[in-house]
Amino acid sequence: MKPAAFEYHAPKTIAEAVALLAEVAPDDGRILAGGQSLVPTMAFRLARPAHLVDINGVDGLDRLYLDGNELSIGACVRHAAFHRPVVDGRLGLLLSSIVRHIAHYPIRQRGTFCGSLAQADPASEWCLTAVTLDGTMTAKSVRGSRTIGAQDFIEGIMTTALADDELLTEARLPIPPDDTRFGFCEFNRIAGGFAVAMVLAAYGLKDGVITRPRLGVGGVEERPRRIPEAEQALEGRSPGAQAFRAASAAAAGAVDPMEDINTSADYRRDLVATLTLRALESAWS
Amino acid sequence: MNGKHDITLTINGQAYAIRVEARRTLADVIREECGQTGTHLGCEHGVCGTCTVIVDGAPVRSCLMFAVQCDGAKIRTVEGLADGEEPHPLQRAFMEHHALQCGFCTPGFLMLAVGVLEREPDIGDEDLLDILSSNLCRCTGYANIVKAVRAAAAQMRRR
Ligand SMILES: Cc1cc2nc3c(=O)[nH]c(=O)nc-3n(C[C@H](O)[C@H](O)[C@H](O)COP(=O)(O)OP(=O)(O)OC[C@H]3O[C@@H](n4cnc5c(N)ncnc54)[C@H](O)[C@@H]3O)c2cc1C
Ligand code: FES
Ligand code: FES
Repeated sequence: MKPAAFEYHAPKTIAEAVALLAEVAPDDGRILAGGQSLVPTMAFRLARPAHLVDINGVDGLDRLYLDGNELSIGACVRHAAFHRPVVDGRLGLLLSSIVRHIAHYPIRQRGTFCGSLAQADPASEWCLTAVTLDGTMTAKSVRGSRTIGAQDFIEGIMTTALADDELLTEARLPIPPDDTRFGFCEFNRIAGGFAVAMVLAAYGLKDGVITRPRLGVGGVEERPRRIPEAEQALEGRSPGAQAFRAASAAAAGAVDPMEDINTSADYRRDLVATLTLRALESAWS
Repeated sequence: MNGKHDITLTINGQAYAIRVEARRTLADVIREECGQTGTHLGCEHGVCGTCTVIVDGAPVRSCLMFAVQCDGAKIRTVEGLADGEEPHPLQRAFMEHHALQCGFCTPGFLMLAVGVLEREPDIGDEDLLDILSSNLCRCTGYANIVKAVRAAAAQMRRR
């Protein structure tokens, strides 16, 4: 189908963009970033925004840079920017392996990291990444600017803490300590499809035992989250089958999986067990 | 609300000065206002890839962009691949390897693969397979498409 009529705005600066957004938000005006979620929704006429504020021409939003100990990802940084490692070390490699699971190459040329966060699909890889690694989001409006932690930013299925007049200008990911190991594992039925379930694991090692464990699960509940029960099962244990199995059982026991026509809750729970184990093993190997 | 925008699209080197509503997708405008019907539309929501064109060097889904966003952009479509009567190496490889049957998906596969091979001539077989999984074909079963693209990649590298 074809999108309904709307008025198109193409601001050049952040100040112009937020001023326009403040003006049109009450009339269902929205931001257009990569358009890779919004345009299909408009084609189905599930969304009929009266105004679109296109941020693709806004100065400075395409910046991706290391700011001290944080990676700053501007609102127009495309998924494709992560195809090659954007920072030295394991984090860059991790992001370049995760991005391959997001849609397909041509979609990754347009879709943005921040757009994924704003869309807040429960199966979004970047939402899981931001939550597991404690990312922060910067929201700007004519009323001012605020910083929101990833876990608070993503409120539920396609619902975020952003107000209608707020522009997400950047996301920040803290650079984890050098010795941090990562493992990411996703299951889906078709190439490039949305995840049925996915797990991101991270931990450091100190004196041969696991420290700072993080275990995030996405695509399973209404929003991605870390699973404290699984992290407790890892903390202070030596890495290996025993600890990994304990964490896998703890994660599977802790989640409250969504169901859909193809996927029962039990099936998703089984996937969480398997993917947790594989993510932890892949971080170790 | 229904204000129209005056834009210029450059398609395969030719400039088209047109007036369009903001809601018109790039795919529709390429086909209708610009009359270049080699670009096909299947799903119109980003899933099938038959609408793939190259915008400023990047292969993208033209059903997921609005034409107004492409004012001044350089667009390449399947019509621009051949050099006069001489097909592009990838078009020739598609013929030689029987990489099409009905041909509906073909423009999208050609623009996808050309876009990627021009940017990453040394792309590995695994990565190429991952990229070709972007588009759908209901006829060929994909094996011959993969063969054709690999053959053309080797030939384009030799050039
Ligand atoms: C076939 C297909 C498969 C896909 N598969 C996956 C997948 O496996 N995993 C995945 O995560 N995604 C997938 N996607 C979605 C894709 O990743 C999108 O790029 C992403 O969800 C949205 O980013 P965008 O930049 O395209 O945003 P848009 O589509 O432009 O916007 C999405 C929403 O966010 C709002 N928004 C965007 N940016 C901002 C901002 N800076 N500030 C405030 N609001 C903003 C918009 O107003 C809109 O409501 C798929 C898409 C398609 C078409
Ligand atoms: S028509 Fe654009 S992806 Fe199907
Ligand atoms: S050749 Fe018929 S859809 Fe691909």
